[in-house]
Amino acid sequence: MAASEGQMASQSLNEKTSQSKTWHQVVLQTLKRNDIRLVPYVPDRVLTTLIKEIHADPYFISFPTAREEEAVGIVSGAWMGGMRGAVLMQTSGFATLANVLASLAIPYQIPLIMFVSERGTLGEFNYGQSLVCRTMRPVLDSLAMEHHTATRLDEFEFIIDRSIKQAITTQAPVALILSPLLTGGKVFDK
Amino acid sequence: MNKPESAPARNTKVMNRFDLTSRLVAKLKNEEAVIGGIGNTNFDLWAAGHRPQNFYMLGSMGLAFPIALGVALAQPKRRVFALEGDGSLLMQLGCLSTIATLKPNNLTMIVMDNGIYQITGAQPTPAAAVSDIVAIAIGCGLTNSAWAANEEDFERLVEQSLTAPGPTLIGVRIDDKPGTGATRRDPAQIRERFMLGLGVREAL
Repeated sequence: MAASEGQMASQSLNEKTSQSKTWHQVVLQTLKRNDIRLVPYVPDRVLTTLIKEIHADPYFISFPTAREEEAVGIVSGAWMGGMRGAVLMQTSGFATLANVLASLAIPYQIPLIMFVSERGTLGEFNYGQSLVCRTMRPVLDSLAMEHHTATRLDEFEFIIDRSIKQAITTQAPVALILSPLLTGGKVFDK
Repeated sequence: MNKPESAPARNTKVMNRFDLTSRLVAKLKNEEAVIGGIGNTNFDLWAAGHRPQNFYMLGSMGLAFPIALGVALAQPKRRVFALEGDGSLLMQLGCLSTIATLKPNNLTMIVMDNGIYQITGAQPTPAAAVSDIVAIAIGCGLTNSAWAANEEDFERLVEQSLTAPGPTLIGVRIDDKPGTGATRRDPAQIRERFMLGLGVREAL
């Protein structure tokens, strides 16, 4: 880890430390490493711990918004003003974003970074969630947007760190989908 | 249901969007950022004279205030104005609560209220006959919200907002005239020029 810290850190696929971290610690540290301070969100059960940790860290400016689209507007404005941001949401929230992606983030070349907690698959108990989940990748693909589904902790830091850097340098949005394989997801428990 | 224009906004003169926008722009001496909402709102901002600190929305209806909030958070020393139509704001009322919670003291929001979707054929909004947008804003926690009685009052409220301890929302009743100009629809250039204007980027 001598020269060019950012470069080296993102090559740490098999680094021992990344194995012992939780996925939400990896998100928090990767956001920090990439100077991402502004984190508006619409909450999700799976994101609870991450949201708590981000709120507890004075580095971040983090708050809930009423809609995911609103959060996209906020981080877009902040980017143009020189502050980096990322939006946290769940699958059904992503489904509300086609218009803002097509009319703001993509044509204005804004590196919108989205973390999407994936519901609707691998043990979903709500039929509506499973249906809306199926719209997510077709929407991303129809707009030719970069997206990755993170399923393994050992690959996670590499995927999100590289993707954040790519979004910023290519001025293009990215969706980072957090699979239940990574997070455990939300299961029927009542 | 017989009053087509924002009936609850009593004792307020019906003004003109381009005139008010021009009055606002004439006051800007400190490289203030201005976010123009979709359609006529940014057409009139464009027509009032392009400035490097202007941002024009070409879609994403309802996001003028959220975008302005983002700019205000990123650059707390710069005054940020946002111009939004009543129909647009109705799409994103929740942002008023977010802004009231964050309380940026460098944000001035202006709602151009004609009670209609002028650009699509002047159909009345669902709020037109029954809702008071300033009362909604106050209810959301934006206590520093007021209707401008006339043009002089509008200018006074704009001045007042510059030193207000929190965000300001100014409601203005406007006529049903279309926008005066037409923004050049070049989103990448609009964004880049805006970032240059905010000192975030340097030109190649």
